Formats: sequence, structure tokens, C-alpha cells
Amino acid sequence: MARPSVQPGVVIDGFKVGERLHSGGMATLWSVTRPDINVPLLMKIPRISEGEDPAAIVSFEMEQLILPRLKGPHVPACFATGDFAHQAYVVIELIPGQTLYRRLPELPLPYGEACLIAGKIAAALADLHRQNVIHHDIKPSSIMFRDSGEAVLIDFGLSHHTQLPDLLQEEFRLPYGTAPYMAPERLLGVRDDPRSDLFSLGVLLYFFTTGVRPFGETETLRGMRRRLWRDPHPPRKLKPDYPPWLQEVVMRCLEIEPASRYPTASQLAFDLAHPDQIKLTARAERIKRDPLMTVWRRRFNQGLLQVERKVDVAAQLASSPIVAVAIDTVDGTDELNGALRRTAARILETLPAARLACVNVLKLGRITIDRTLDEQGQNKHVDRLVALKHWASPLKLNESRLTVHVLEAIDPASAILEFARANHVDHIIVGARQDSFVRSLLGSVSAKVASEAPCTVTVVRPQRPAG
Amino acid sequence: MLLAIFSDIHANRQAFSACLESARTRGARRIIFLGDFVGYGGDPEWTVDTAIRLIADGAVAVRGNHDQAVTSASESMNPDAQAAIEWTRGRLSAAQRRFLAELPLTLEEDDRLYVHSEASSPQRWRYVQSTPDAARSLIATPAHVTFCGHIHRPALYSMSATAKMTSFVPTAHVPIQLLRGRQWLAVLGSVGQPRDGDPAAAYALYDTSSREITYCRVPYDVDAAAARIRENGLPDRLADRLFVGR
Repeated sequence: MARPSVQPGVVIDGFKVGERLHSGGMATLWSVTRPDINVPLLMKIPRISEGEDPAAIVSFEMEQLILPRLKGPHVPACFATGDFAHQAYVVIELIPGQTLYRRLPELPLPYGEACLIAGKIAAALADLHRQNVIHHDIKPSSIMFRDSGEAVLIDFGLSHHTQLPDLLQEEFRLPYGTAPYMAPERLLGVRDDPRSDLFSLGVLLYFFTTGVRPFGETETLRGMRRRLWRDPHPPRKLKPDYPPWLQEVVMRCLEIEPASRYPTASQLAFDLAHPDQIKLTARAERIKRDPLMTVWRRRFNQGLLQVERKVDVAAQLASSPIVAVAIDTVDGTDELNGALRRTAARILETLPAARLACVNVLKLGRITIDRTLDEQGQNKHVDRLVALKHWASPLKLNESRLTVHVLEAIDPASAILEFARANHVDHIIVGARQDSFVRSLLGSVSAKVASEAPCTVTVVRPQRPAG
Repeated sequence: MLLAIFSDIHANRQAFSACLESARTRGARRIIFLGDFVGYGGDPEWTVDTAIRLIADGAVAVRGNHDQAVTSASESMNPDAQAAIEWTRGRLSAAQRRFLAELPLTLEEDDRLYVHSEASSPQRWRYVQSTPDAARSLIATPAHVTFCGHIHRPALYSMSATAKMTSFVPTAHVPIQLLRGRQWLAVLGSVGQPRDGDPAAAYALYDTSSREITYCRVPYDVDAAAARIRENGLPDRLADRLFVGR
């Protein structure tokens, strides 16, 4: 079939083609407009002439399937798709600016800046994984940023949607993707584990903070397979000033076994946002790679990397929630605090990968200028942290599962809600204020949290004797 | 146009009614039957009469192996199925049996093919159990989408222009666009005797303009359907399996 040649001025399904923005190996990108759409648009047209890589077509089909399903600020909005019977294309929102690839000449970046970037990518991945999609090509050139700061993931041609057919499943004999960033399990054909994206993000963070790619630039299958048994040099070996907490984060992302990595992108984002609370393990201090014995065992003990038969992405995300419990250390009664602890314990017992953030709000006066020190000169903030840890100690949680946070705010409910949003909290546990006089005077914190929270809220109220 | 596609009703009145109601609520305008109206279940007369009425109103249907077995004794089946077939044969009127006997093995409509088992040799009643089975069927037809049933387990296969296959177990109620660049084989679950571990009745919706298929599951009154099987003296196993969808 003769295909209309695309050139400026041509109209395709109501979209007027403007200038050509990019001509790549897989596709050409055109600026397009349609009178009823008020945002800058991009039309992506695959290269499908005779002799082209069949990967170009299949990747394009995956984008056609996946892009219209995606929502939210972390992906380009999709406006239309056209199929191969006429003119294959997708029209998406044009994200202004450059990809993260442009920053490569500046590497290594300062630790703080690199972590900020990685935290934004982790938040974007968390949102993507919640939509049942694994990106599978996380690298600098597939990441952009909105003016508002959010990371935007682009290029879904290698992605996997757990509720759609995976057209790439039998297409290629070799794993397809970007070699330096590819997770080891991908080399074994695993395409349904969202933790593969966390590995790629770990590669990116390692690269951005050290200037060196952890697994080099190898493109051969043989070279790529080394990552199934050989761990990278710890960043501290390359940069003695490398913060131990950052090495902890990076090396956890780069674990060979997916189960040893962060269970979810949200949990990774949480650690990047709260570096002072990261529980350091042996990973943090290492300056050498694993001893040869370990490497050889990995290499020759087949099956050391356990390929799980089928990962249910939604179930895995649901089993690894961030739970926030709001504790009133001043006015909360022992009865209520005990009930909150029992509720938290029940949730944590059933979900071993869940983590608990204990939150307390240090209420500021509206008018008075608050002082951090109380009349006795004691630091209120520190007191609260101590009280939170005391509350949590009977739970006997591993430190890596527990964090404590004192928020300073005028309105406690708003502070809790803001914390939940910023940290991708999956479940809030909050106590109901028991004194009806105080409640009517101050309003109910739990009611506001329950009605406005972005996630599940459990309101805890100790049983009262029948009156 | 939104099509509702039903396969393997197997004389399960409760499941069939629930699916018809669900399809109507979801706006289906036309019904396609992929065969096996009877066998296994306790309400063959009602099921066949309902199908005849719907076909008079514009539905279309193809024949399944159980439909054929009640009209000709040549089909070999397992003892439970055989017992149900013999019982069914005695229940149906001559007109009802003729209706089943006269159903075509395949039907084509635009770029779609409807067949009970698979497209390569519909009269042999082969199951599509694997990707090679699906490839054999897809190679045998130019149709963009083939709809079939027979195996009672929903699946969706595709073949690319370079003959690469994909297989997929669909998630209920998630629409999937059947892209034009490849051929598709949509294997439907069973209305009246699901075997994929989910006892809910299975059917599918297909939107011919957006080319989206949605596999649907509908809970129904399994107790009542099982009671009809027992009341009629059919093998207990046929009633028991409805509760577990195996």
C-alpha cells in the first residue's frame, strides 16, 4: 500500500504536520497541531520501510497499546494513535526541554543534586508501576522534567504492561534494551518484575554520582552476562568521600537478586528523601567487591538467581506498602496509643516488606513566634523523636523498616496529608480524638485526614464501655 | 458496534442468563455464539430455545462438538460428557436437534472469523492449548481476528507480520486493542462450565470500531445450576466442578 509521505503541511487524521524535530533509528518525531488541542504536540512515526529492524515495528506497537492507558504527570499525555493500515503514529504531549542525557558531560554531579534527580525518577517509577507498567529502558535519554519539577518518563517501546499482551515476549532471541542499564534477570528473559527498573535507576545513580558506569559500556551478551555473578566496585572505592548512606541506597538497587533490592520504587524514593534515617548495613561501608569465592559460587551454582515464575506486580506493590502512623505524644492517651500500636502491629505482621513511618506534629501557634526550646531549654523536636521511638519500640521492628518524623505545622491534619502525599504513603493510621469537647473546639484531625487522604486511612478508636 | 460473544454455554441457564443481562447492561448490540449450547448442564431445552429466539433477532451462531454429538452418534467423548449427551438427546425436540445440526462450522463477518475449536480444521475439534496450536489456526485464515472457544480457558494469541507469536492470559474487564498490524486469536472462556479456576461465567465484548476486546466475568447462581444437574440425574462431577471452575 502506498503510504502518504509525511512532510510539513500534510494533515493526518486532523493533525497538521509542522517541522521535523528528530530523526532517529526507530522513528521520526514531528511537531503537529490540531485546533482543538491547546498543548504542544509531538507525532511519532515509526520507520517501517523494507529492511528496517522488525524491532522498530514491535516497539511501536507496544507504545500504541500502552501510551493511551497511562495517566498522570510522570508520562506524556497521549492524544491519538493511528495504526499500520493507514499511517502508523502516536500523538503525545510535547515535553519541552532536553532529556537527562544532556547532563552527561557534567558528571559526576554533586551528591545532593544526583539524589534529588534519582528521587524524582523513583517517584515517577512508583506512579508507573502502580499503573501496571514496567518501563524496561530507564536511562538518561528516556527521562525528562516538567517545569514544575516532576520527572517524565518517555519511550515505552520496550515496556511491559501486566494486563496487556507482551508483544516483545517472543520477538527477540536476545534481551532487547540498553546494555549498561539492563537488570541481570532481564538476561534470563524475565520481563514482569518492576524491580528491574530499580536496578536501572541504581545504575543511573551510580553513574551520575561517580562518573563511571557500574558495568561498563559492554554491548556483547557475554559482557552483559557478567552482571549475573559479578558485583560492581563499591562507589566508595572510586570516591573515598562517597556518603555511606548513598552507597547503601545505590548498592541495594544494584543487588543481583531482585528480592534483595528495594521492594518498591516508593520505598526507594522514601529513603532518598530521608537519608538521615537510612539503616546502614554492610553495604554502606564496603570498599571492595565480593570475594572471588562468592563470585564463583554465583557463577557456577546454577539457579542462584532465582527467577520467580510470575510476578504479580499489583500484589507485589500491595505487599510492600509505606504505612504512616500519626502519634500524638502529648495529648494522646496510653489507651489510644496502645490501640494504634496494636493496629500497626497487625498490618506489619501480615506484610513483611511493609515499612512504618511514625509521624508526630509539633503544633505551631498561628501568631506567636515559636521557639524550638521550651521553658526548660529542652529541644522539643528531639523530645518528640525520642517519644516516637519509645512508642514504636514494643513493635520490635528491624530499623530498616522504621522511621520517625516530627513535622512542624499549624494544622496537624494538613501536615499529615502533606507528608502522605510527598512520601507516597499507602496507608495512614490515625487516632480519633476522644474528648468530644476538644474535638468540637478544634475539629477532628482524623476526619479531615480520612476525607482528604490520597490513600487508605484507618481511624483507630479504643473500645469504650457502653454508656 | 459492540458485539457480545458467548461460547460453551453447555445448557447452564443461570450462567447464560447472567451473561445476557451483563452484556445488555454494557451496551452490546449483537450476539455471537461460538457453539456448544448443550451438554453437561441441566437446561438444554431453554438454552436452545433462547438461542433460536436471539438468532431470529439477528444473532449468529456456529456449531460445537457437543451440539453435533446430540445429533449424530459419531462423536466420541468421556463417560460424563457422553452421559450428558445421551440425556440431552432425549430432552430435545426434533426441531431443536435440527437447529443444532444445521449450524455452520465457521462464519466470517468483515475481517472476523467465528469457529468453535480452531480454524485449521474446524471439523476435527482440536483444542488451542499452546502457542503452536494458535499459530496453526492463525496461518489457516486471513481473518484479522479469529474468535473461538472449546477449551473453556480464556487466552489471547497474536501473530506478527513476521510470524512471531505472543500468548497472553487476559485480565477480566481490561480492554485490549487488537492492533491491525498482526492477526489475533481470541480464545473465549466458557459461559456454562469455566475451567480456569474461576467459577464465574465467562464471555467477551468486542468493539468493532475501536477493535477492543474485553474479557468479562459474571458471578451467577452456581447452586441453582448445580441443583438442575443433580435433579436430572446427571453425573455429580458435572455439578461439583461448577463450584470450583475446574
